[in-house]
Amino acid sequence: MKAPPFAYHDPRSVEELTGLLGTLENVRILAGGQSLMPMLNMRYSMPDHVVDINRIADLDYVRRVEGGLRIGAMTRQRTLERDPLVAQYAPVLVEALHWVGHVQTRSRGTFGGSLCHLDPASEQPCVAALFDATLHVAGARGERDVSIHDWVLGYMTPAIEPDEALVGITLRTWDGPHGYGFEEFARRHGDYAIVAAGALVALDGAGKISRAAISIAGVDVKPIRLTEAETMLTGGPADAGAIAAAAEVARGLECMSDAQISGDYRRRLATTLTRRALDKAVKRARG
Amino acid sequence: MGARYFGASVRRLEDPKLITGRGTYVDDISVAGMMHVAFVRSPHAHATINSIDASMAREMPGVHAVLAADDFEGKADKPMILPVPAPIIKQAKTQYPLARGSVHHVGDPVAVVVAETRALAEDAAAMVMVDYDPLPASVDLAHALDPGAPLAHADSPDNLIATLKGGFGDAAGIFAKAPHVFTERLELHRGGCHSMECRGVVVRPDPMGGRFEMWNSTQVPYMVRRYLAQYLGLEENAIRVAAPDVGGGFGPKAVVYAEEYAVSLAALHLGIPLKWIEDRREHFVATTQQRDQIWDLEVAADADGRLLAVRGTCLHDNGAYIPYGIVLAATAMAAFPGPYALESVDVTIHSIFTNMVPNTPVRGAARPNTCFVLERLVDLVAQKLGLDPAEVRRRSYVRPDQMPYTTGMKARDGSVVAYDSGDYQGCLDLAFAKYGADFRARQAAARAEGRYLGMGMASYVEDTGLAPFEGATIRVQPDGKIHLQTGAAAQGQGHKTVFAQIAADLLGVRFEDVTVEAADTAAFPLGIGTVASRVAVVGGSSVHMAATEVRTKAIKVGATLLEASESDLELEGGFVKVAGTDRKIGLGEIALKLNGLFGSPMMKGVEPGLAATSYFEARELTFANGSNICEVEVDVDTGAVKILRYVVAHDCGKLINPMLVDGQIRGGVVHGIGNALYERMIYDESGQPLTTNYGEYLLPLASEMPRIEIVHMESPSPRNPLGVKGAGEGGTIPAAAAVIAAVEDALAPFDVRIKRHPISPQDIVEMIDAGMPALAAE
Amino acid sequence: MDVEEKRRISLVVNGRKIEREVSPRKHLGDFLREDLRLTGTHLGCEHGVCGSCTVIADGVLVRSCLMLAIQADGMVLRTVEGLAEPDGTLHPIQEAFHEKHGLQCGFCTPGMLTTLAAVIEENPSIDEAGIREAISGNICRCTGYETIVDAALSAAATMRQGA
Ligand SMILES: Cc1cc2nc3c(=O)[nH]c(=O)nc-3n(C[C@@H](O)[C@H](O)[C@H](O)COP(=O)(O)OP(=O)(O)OC[C@H]3O[C@@H](n4cnc5c(N)ncnc54)[C@H](O)[C@@H]3O)c2cc1C
Ligand code: FES
Ligand code: FES
Repeated sequence: MKAPPFAYHDPRSVEELTGLLGTLENVRILAGGQSLMPMLNMRYSMPDHVVDINRIADLDYVRRVEGGLRIGAMTRQRTLERDPLVAQYAPVLVEALHWVGHVQTRSRGTFGGSLCHLDPASEQPCVAALFDATLHVAGARGERDVSIHDWVLGYMTPAIEPDEALVGITLRTWDGPHGYGFEEFARRHGDYAIVAAGALVALDGAGKISRAAISIAGVDVKPIRLTEAETMLTGGPADAGAIAAAAEVARGLECMSDAQISGDYRRRLATTLTRRALDKAVKRARG
Repeated sequence: MGARYFGASVRRLEDPKLITGRGTYVDDISVAGMMHVAFVRSPHAHATINSIDASMAREMPGVHAVLAADDFEGKADKPMILPVPAPIIKQAKTQYPLARGSVHHVGDPVAVVVAETRALAEDAAAMVMVDYDPLPASVDLAHALDPGAPLAHADSPDNLIATLKGGFGDAAGIFAKAPHVFTERLELHRGGCHSMECRGVVVRPDPMGGRFEMWNSTQVPYMVRRYLAQYLGLEENAIRVAAPDVGGGFGPKAVVYAEEYAVSLAALHLGIPLKWIEDRREHFVATTQQRDQIWDLEVAADADGRLLAVRGTCLHDNGAYIPYGIVLAATAMAAFPGPYALESVDVTIHSIFTNMVPNTPVRGAARPNTCFVLERLVDLVAQKLGLDPAEVRRRSYVRPDQMPYTTGMKARDGSVVAYDSGDYQGCLDLAFAKYGADFRARQAAARAEGRYLGMGMASYVEDTGLAPFEGATIRVQPDGKIHLQTGAAAQGQGHKTVFAQIAADLLGVRFEDVTVEAADTAAFPLGIGTVASRVAVVGGSSVHMAATEVRTKAIKVGATLLEASESDLELEGGFVKVAGTDRKIGLGEIALKLNGLFGSPMMKGVEPGLAATSYFEARELTFANGSNICEVEVDVDTGAVKILRYVVAHDCGKLINPMLVDGQIRGGVVHGIGNALYERMIYDESGQPLTTNYGEYLLPLASEMPRIEIVHMESPSPRNPLGVKGAGEGGTIPAAAAVIAAVEDALAPFDVRIKRHPISPQDIVEMIDAGMPALAAE
Repeated sequence: MDVEEKRRISLVVNGRKIEREVSPRKHLGDFLREDLRLTGTHLGCEHGVCGSCTVIADGVLVRSCLMLAIQADGMVLRTVEGLAEPDGTLHPIQEAFHEKHGLQCGFCTPGMLTTLAAVIEENPSIDEAGIREAISGNICRCTGYETIVDAALSAAATMRQGA
């Protein structure tokens, strides 16, 4: 099980990268390699060129920006787990990362890589959707922004051209205090989820829900925001009944099914996990 | 003899090099001029081959040769040798080293590519153009014997390999009169062995021709030598097969595979050393698997719930070929009636061809299957009669006063099966003593909170110490150190340590001073192999015998040299000593004398060398037993199963090294948990395997596995000098049965009966939703 | 462009400075095993799941089958061969594996050892749950994991005392 032959390039800047992408054919970008390398070793991916973006200096960062947190595409999952800004503004991402692979994969795997790989059950796109993220894409024609909600074109297909690269992601983090919860169900620790659910909840002075966000992975090719449930919750009480009712919305989701996992089972998990994530979020919102 | 080492948990001799990265596994071996092999394999479950065009591949960079069956000038035209022939086999279909005209499972080898590196060989393998005509594939075991079912081999009349019938007693009479009769259909599914090291060989032809050496990650070097010699028309001594450090075996490495034949053929044909290392994807499609069976059963019980009889029919999937004949079906048969004193057993097993990877024993062979079947039936009786499952077992066990107990079944060689020793009831009691008696109260309390706890148990009896023999040579060296050679191969069990323990005690030396050389046909002339939990028993006994002989000789010679009487001598600290004095002579000194000196004649009546070779012949099996208790919690919202406790009461006779036995048990239990909850090799209806990587095929991980609490009972075997019984598979055999029973118990409020394994969380919620008659076994 | 065109890389492996030419497609595990003859690092799956190929790269744990050797240019690597002191004194985790029967066939062992060495060095107060999680990316088919966990707990205790 050895990778096929390819030509290797390791640009040092985004300009060099986009230049290469603009001229080469049949290229694969190599980020953390935790998804691409297995595909190469198994020869599921047969690129003529591999462009390694690990040596581009300014793609690995977490920055506080207007309206949120901006994360460089090459920021490792391990870095995010330990980053103080992430812990402060997007702790749900830390909780979600805990479910991603293993210590030996998070050390290399990147936030950008996950958002480009787009496994339907992946946690990171789910969190990006929770925060209505904006993705920053660079190409020979310059940089453009894409909303996470327009990012997934189909099964494992991001809205990106072959001559473009994802360079950064801005999470629209919430300003005031709020609670969060991320729950998932996988067969074993570190496996891709079957279904995962993330929730954010803010309470007003009276203890009523002033804002809610729910994002579910593993039911569709892209993370699904449970907007109907969010609306139901907003302005209402943060009690078990309201949470259960909101979670029931997930039971109406259209869910994909495959050889091993049925749509019914995904719906059931989505409901259960949404409830558990909301529960956690409310508890934390109360402090 | 003071037993300083026997029975002690001494640290392993094997470890120092393995924990520092200095092991030598087959892929660590590199010989001058060696080239690398990649296989071209069938992408179809069943197809005829119209043509093979290797012209493009041969032109690829770094490629030395591409060889298909026809390129060996007739030397690869015969099917491979069937190791265990039996008259009742109707269709003795073994594989060819490389396909001839047809392929019968995805992964069937078609051609070898030889290149400078493995990567280049894989590049070229992709360019070998094979023109196939796909044929319908036999993948539906339940219907594989139906008229008109797709055939696994197009030239066969049907898919039946053999039908085995076994049993005793008057089943018809008992079932007609029994107060209680219940029926059940049970299914078990296949998984792989998944030794962390895949298979692999390095073959070095002798530059003078006609001979070769092979390093092979195998459990059976002597069988590899035997069958390759037969196939290639060589004398056995023209072939040296050595097993270096082997990274796990678990059964499938006891098969002599097409790749071993094909790489040997290619190396001899080309006259260059070759290395082939199986990669994990090949392991999923080319290394034997096990456990697919479908059982239709009836159980009869008396008014008190004591089991009287079991009868039934089994469809046994043997995959595309029979590399092991009908051994699995026969093992499934011989494992009846388990620990139960049944009045009758009447079982029919149909061994069947399918277009899936061939089946040979995987840890436990078919014993876990029969255990699962029997234990499910016991639980069924308990459930139907409203009895405690432990009570049904107690009423049905063979009692200690019945030992030796003739079960009524026949062993593989037709001999009568008689359990030698054991206290099955005592073992279950021991397990419960460890586990505690408060479960039902805890279960009720948990249910009141909406949590679902369950507890299940399983008991088994395992035949160990399989015939015919193993042997050992022990030689004292002039420096007083002991050199021990044996044919018995190891794949992590710690045999070297165990053998050294046995020898060191008898010879009165430090155990660190025993070096063990094993599994090399050049170092020891004969051996059988490491299968069926036989090595500690059979190999260990041979070491005991050889060491005893060396000891006797040392005392005899020592008596002459020390001018003392033999009865006053003891062996201690590397010396033969006159007890209670400081008169002594070193073993090394005796060895030096016996190794001879120019011109000085040998002592009278003493053969040269302080050494002995012994073979222990296993004539009767010895029977280990045990009972396991498993406690789980099931999350009824997700179907998740968490194992909370797992208790093993285990009786493998005398324990040579308790730490190592516990290690075998723990690994075995976790393998069984994998079979119950995680591992499933899935094929689609065309015979394509769907689970060919570790993301799709789930092995148990540390994050989900419980601690395994072990208690021992020691019922010595009277059938070997050490009193030991095998311990390699006893962990696996009952584990799936215990786990499934525990899950079923947790789901009792939903009236769930679980009739198969593995079960997934999705299966569990579906069963809960169905709210009853369980998963209909399709 | 010749796709097999080799590149020169230099790195430090177990304290030794190494310079080699490598072809781009060779993964780090193969490079260690074939080019440096450091065969302690094992390959059990080559698709990132079994963990037997785990090495420590610039202080963090990585799967050597999921990195190109070329990418290790400039890195400092520690493999199982580099866990013991230069004088042969074993790392506490190695000692503990021997003591607690943390290995059987030894094939998963290098990945277990590197993983646990790094994890315990970073956090000697790690508990059983933490250890089980840390090795959830390392498959062992022989031991059932319990003795590995025990070995890790014991090594952690040793390292706490040593600190
Ligand atoms: C054992 C194991 C378990 C895992 N478990 C999980 C899990 O539970 N959840 C989970 O989400 N993931 C899991 N993963 C995958 C995760 O670790 C990867 O990190 C992630 O999917 C891809 O990130 P990467 O940086 O490794 O990207 P790579 O593997 O390098 O790239 C992935 C894909 O994205 C493209 N790409 C990468 N970066 C860019 C970019 N900046 N611009 C354009 N295209 C780009 C690549 O060309 C490639 O097609 C697991 C992996 C392993 C090996
Ligand atoms: S060989 Fe790298 S993870 Fe298995
Ligand atoms: S010791 Fe054999 S795989 Fe772990």
